[in-house]
Amino acid sequence: MGEVIGIGAAPKRKEDQRFITGRGNYVADIKRADMSYGVFVRSPHAHATIDAIDKAPALAVPGVVGVFTGAEFAADGCGTLPCGWAITFKDGSPMKEPPFPALATGKVRFVGDAVAFVVGETLEAATAGAEALVVDYGLLPVVATLLQAAAPEAPLLYDDVPGNLCADWALGDEAATEAAFARAAHVSHVSLVNNRLVGNPMEPRAAVGEYNPGTGQYTLWSTSQFPHVVRLLMGMVLGIPQHKLRVVAPDVGGGFGVKQFHYGEEAVTTWAAGKLRRPVKWVSTRSEGFLADRHGRDHVTEAELALDENGKFLAMRVHTYANMGGYLSTFGPNIPTNLYGPLLSGVYVIPSIYCSVKCMFTNTAPVDAYRGAGRPEATFVVERLVDMAAHDLGLDRLEIRRRNMIPKSAYPYQTPVLVEYDSGDPLGCLEQATIKGDVAGFAARKAESARAGKFRGFGVSTYVEACGLAPSRFAGRLGARGGLYESATVRVHPTGQVTVLIGTHNHGQGHETTFAQIVSERLGVPFENVDIVFGDTDRVQFGMGTYGSRSLVVGGSALNKAADKVILKGKKIAAHLLEAAEQDITFEAGVFAVAGTDRKKTIEDIALAAYVPHDYPLEILEPGLEEQAYYDPVNFTYPGGAHLVEVEVDPETGVVEIVKYTACDDVGTVINPMIVEGQLHGGIVQGIGQALYENCVYDETSGQLLSGSFMDYCMPRADGVPKMDVSTYSTPCAHTPMGVKGCGEVGTIGSPAAVISAVVDALAHLGITHVDMPASPNRIWRIIQNASIPRAAE
Amino acid sequence: MKIEVTLNGATVVDEVEPTLLAVDWIRENRRLTGTHVGCDTSQCGACTILLDGASVKSCTLLALSLDGRSVTTIEGLTVGRNDLHPMQAAFHEHHGLQCGFCTPGMIMRAVDIASQGGPLDETTVRHALEGNICRCTGYQNIVASVIAGAKTMNAATVGE
Ligand code: FES
Ligand code: FES
Repeated sequence: MGEVIGIGAAPKRKEDQRFITGRGNYVADIKRADMSYGVFVRSPHAHATIDAIDKAPALAVPGVVGVFTGAEFAADGCGTLPCGWAITFKDGSPMKEPPFPALATGKVRFVGDAVAFVVGETLEAATAGAEALVVDYGLLPVVATLLQAAAPEAPLLYDDVPGNLCADWALGDEAATEAAFARAAHVSHVSLVNNRLVGNPMEPRAAVGEYNPGTGQYTLWSTSQFPHVVRLLMGMVLGIPQHKLRVVAPDVGGGFGVKQFHYGEEAVTTWAAGKLRRPVKWVSTRSEGFLADRHGRDHVTEAELALDENGKFLAMRVHTYANMGGYLSTFGPNIPTNLYGPLLSGVYVIPSIYCSVKCMFTNTAPVDAYRGAGRPEATFVVERLVDMAAHDLGLDRLEIRRRNMIPKSAYPYQTPVLVEYDSGDPLGCLEQATIKGDVAGFAARKAESARAGKFRGFGVSTYVEACGLAPSRFAGRLGARGGLYESATVRVHPTGQVTVLIGTHNHGQGHETTFAQIVSERLGVPFENVDIVFGDTDRVQFGMGTYGSRSLVVGGSALNKAADKVILKGKKIAAHLLEAAEQDITFEAGVFAVAGTDRKKTIEDIALAAYVPHDYPLEILEPGLEEQAYYDPVNFTYPGGAHLVEVEVDPETGVVEIVKYTACDDVGTVINPMIVEGQLHGGIVQGIGQALYENCVYDETSGQLLSGSFMDYCMPRADGVPKMDVSTYSTPCAHTPMGVKGCGEVGTIGSPAAVISAVVDALAHLGITHVDMPASPNRIWRIIQNASIPRAAE
Repeated sequence: MKIEVTLNGATVVDEVEPTLLAVDWIRENRRLTGTHVGCDTSQCGACTILLDGASVKSCTLLALSLDGRSVTTIEGLTVGRNDLHPMQAAFHEHHGLQCGFCTPGMIMRAVDIASQGGPLDETTVRHALEGNICRCTGYQNIVASVIAGAKTMNAATVGE
């Protein structure tokens, strides 16, 4: 007999079994009878007209069964890929929203833009066919970077988008901010680049489309973080009614945001399967993923902080250029605006903030959400500014933070940029991290490093994130074109075991374990008797999927609510069976009892009665024990924390090594500490990747992707990242039923600023006050070589 | 062309094209889909298998080169035992995986690292895992898993 394993326990993960034995079922593993294989023909040019496509040579390749172009896709009545958020210019006018065709028509706008889809009996046939296809391009001038796009007289990507400007968005009180700057005793300034990243989940994207002429049903298996949303969006694109479309996202090998968009490849594969009346499979290669997965970050920012004579913050002013790439992806315009501006208050009291963001089109892959999405960018700006202010005023970096942090007593705290933090204690987090990270011992360690010829630096980042997106009503006001609730069904079987159908998606976060713990505790059933089902629109009622650290916050809350309903119905059944009044029935640890008596029924008894309703209040109650709940959050949740980093820089090589990493994160109530710790580790290393290694680079003249494989794009590897000391610090969320906040992104939000803070500190004696990411050996070595101050270790 | 391979302990005879990669033979011809493909430049290690007991990236080999040799894939680690291989158990015990995609390759590499014998410290393991990328875990728990798995494996060998 299994046991109840509840909230706060750390059982090993249920889902591990299939992965460690090689029995996972990823999209690339799927084989269907009569399956064919598709290959996308992608543009080798960053900006060009498509003058002609000659399909004949491709069709002549033995084994090629179909060649499809954008013109045919459109002629078939299919639409373009919808953008899920509509932001506005400062004056309220709508953003420029050019069409995003699944297969390019007329023009290509980035290297890797899909031009045609070739399907063959075998992958080899399709590949040969794709190579044989002849596309005539007319080259156009290229806009490869943000600053090129913004330059006067810049070539235009769209004739009707002047200045390549998708939107000039703003947030905050400009006049109040100007006034505060005017009376400031001091103004600190930073200009920085937030480097473009490629998400690179280890499983490349893939899609298998299938059409059943007998039922008119389409099925798409996709590496998606949100199958129901893909069904909704792809149904719109292809004109397939929702009940004729099934989207399945089985085991998915990591997402990090990159798999939460509706991609053209999904629509084209499904459509081609319908045309050919046979299943079609497409699996991205890694190099193709570099070109055509959505990218992340890519900001250029000027920011200023106004301070009074005591180092107290008065106001902040931020001007950012954000790259949209060649088209607007599903959430593209939302990331550098709504998920960025509202986080600029950080964990500080800043009376007024003004932020303007120019969203630009460039001849690069579309940019969208990537782990943290907007919040790491905001944190980087705020924390670099705070460090800069400390430097300018000669204050200790921890001291300036303590002086300006929102005190615990001030929560709930309304920031000047829309959001209200419900709970938090940034100072508490910082103090815990300071003790655990032995900040007091840093000076001695620095001296030790100097003796070994290394520059040692100490870095800090204190941050907040807004996650668990978001109240639907609020999101709607910000331009969302969808709702952001979540759903769960708790199905108690006649024998007392439980199947949960949930609208989130598990691709590494451990939901099959965490959610089972919630049910096990709430219903008092053994942990092993709970199974979690997700990722299939034909099995699960509805759902918005997994992104924005929303699964536990919103999905877990829906699950909790459904469990409440099961208990409520169980009480009604128990009242009948025990011949008592409903309000006298208690429920605890799986047992319904009449208060103050020893008369009781177990949840198994109740379930059996519900499905075998011989002695059952049929007049007032339906049989069955299955309840469904939808939960719409009342606010974002606001995890936060403090990250402390020590690095050693080798002045001979420019190599930065992280020698000490201490993180203290407030994620509210912890359901499974083992899983939370794992999420923190992974998140931190993803942030370290941005800070030290990863950089997605396009050639400025040709728009060619220079970092197009794992050979040119440096992923963090086991020997380049530190052992981390992570701990949690809990101020429970005030409005989620279990007090949970999100934890999936905090590491990635906290770490880049902390690492760069440490690198800058290590180089401070050379007169360095800012270093852009990634702090690669080459960049650091050059900085050291070019420093005007002699380069001896202190 | 014909190849004869000892695949997870059983003899397999197959006809293969000279251009077929070992990883595709394993995944497509033999339908052992635990071996994954994560890149096209032999950088990620998701396709790692054991070839005559040594870990190799099966995307860098032709199927033909398997002829006459012994191949173990992740599915083969449990062949002939009632339970998990100690390295699989260690990954489970130490939360050495999240999405699970890199995991088969990691475990196969880990089995090789452990079978070299000798005490394993963190630095050695991190260095030895350099050819396997994991995007999820941040490596900390993978390193812990490998050290623990190696201990069990080597204790078992000593006891034999
Ligand atoms: S698939 Fe073999 S190393 Fe990446
Ligand atoms: S567990 Fe996901 S890539 Fe390693």
